[in-house]
Amino acid sequence: MNILELQHAKKSFDGTEVLKDIDLHVAEGEVVSIIGPSGSGKSTLLRCCTFLETLDAGELSYEGNKVVTTVEGKAVYGNKKQQREAMECFGLVFQNFNLFPHYSVLKNITDAPIRVKKRPAEEVMREARELLAKMGLSDKEDAYPCQLSGGQQQRVSIARALALKPDILFFDEPTSALDPELTLEILKVIKELAKEKMTMVIVTHEMNFARDVSDRMIFMDQGVIVEETTPELLFRSENQRTREFLGQYHDLL
Amino acid sequence: MSIEMIIMQLGEGMLSTIWIFALTLLFSLPLGMLIAFGRMSSNFLLCNLMRIYISIMRGTPLMLQLLVVYFGPYYIFGISISSSYRAYAVIIAFVLNYAAYFAEIYRSGIASMPQGQYEAAKVLGYSRPQTFFKIILPQVIKRILPSITNEVITLVKDTSLAFSIAYAEMFTQAKALAASQKSMVPFIAAAVFYYIFNFVVAAVMEFFEKKMNYYQ
Repeated sequence: MNILELQHAKKSFDGTEVLKDIDLHVAEGEVVSIIGPSGSGKSTLLRCCTFLETLDAGELSYEGNKVVTTVEGKAVYGNKKQQREAMECFGLVFQNFNLFPHYSVLKNITDAPIRVKKRPAEEVMREARELLAKMGLSDKEDAYPCQLSGGQQQRVSIARALALKPDILFFDEPTSALDPELTLEILKVIKELAKEKMTMVIVTHEMNFARDVSDRMIFMDQGVIVEETTPELLFRSENQRTREFLGQYHDLL
Repeated sequence: MSIEMIIMQLGEGMLSTIWIFALTLLFSLPLGMLIAFGRMSSNFLLCNLMRIYISIMRGTPLMLQLLVVYFGPYYIFGISISSSYRAYAVIIAFVLNYAAYFAEIYRSGIASMPQGQYEAAKVLGYSRPQTFFKIILPQVIKRILPSITNEVITLVKDTSLAFSIAYAEMFTQAKALAASQKSMVPFIAAAVFYYIFNFVVAAVMEFFEKKMNYYQ
């Protein structure tokens, strides 16, 4: 079953079309990377999928449940309950982490499951500690975000997203705010999640990583999907625009 | 008259001053929050109403506002003013004035919060009230505390404006005593009182600021 199904997505900002009729499907256990130049619409696509932006038109469903439909060319969102159900399906990891600075690491991870999902505190704490151990941050549960490196903060934010047990996890350029060494930390964590068959959609500029970890890659440019295929085929693409974009990486290899 | 006597006589005035101070904060801090919400509302009418309110409160002297609140009922509606209304007039005028200043401080604090905090809260499923009270407000308070301290210190000294409607707070008493005793001592005692009051206020606010220093 497709966890995420997005069809004919359209989005404009002040008359500038940022998404022009985009389709995106993600099956369970699949890892999809979205690459493309800045301003190509990849972050907007992710933000539309996570309700941080409102679609102008298109259809969106999570796990078969429609939450956005289009009537006479305009997107119509489902009621509050439908939206909440859809939002429980996914997690999102931000480029600049967006941890809550006034909460400790442990509270950042446990607060939403306890306060929002009303789950028993003890169980949530236990799971949070397991997640922290997995992220190699067991000794940091009482630290505050400002006491951590960027890489550590990003690992906490991944743990925070995972604590809500999403069926699909979105990453919006998770390493763009990090130096190369810290970037590797995060990429290792994402690879680990891929091994566990976590369904993920990753917007990234790390080409080699994307090629390594993805089942499928999407190349976007100027609001459209130029190519969508396996990493092997994308890196051997005959498409002019894809070759231009990937050219610089080929030169490096 | 001995210094002890003067201080005894001023004592009642000091209590009134502390009373004005405490009641003004008690009511203007929450009222300021409501005004800030109105000012930030997307409702055109409400937003502009609050904008005008803040503009008038900040643009006219507090002493004049005191006189308007005190004499207004008589001059405008012909209601005779009882002497017990004096204390109410002081509190009403101070609360209305200070709420406007606090509203702008809240607004600046809320506006300075990065959008990412709201987005993270939304994606994690926090409701709008939960997001505001648990995620945004605690951080806003930390950010605006120095501005609040400034305003609170100003309030301590502004309480002396109640003199303009002859409310018997400390400054009014000091002036009366100085005149009757032909002495500087009441003024000096008043100055020492205001200074110590503000010293304590500053120390308390610093304590809160330090308490919130556990994160950046």
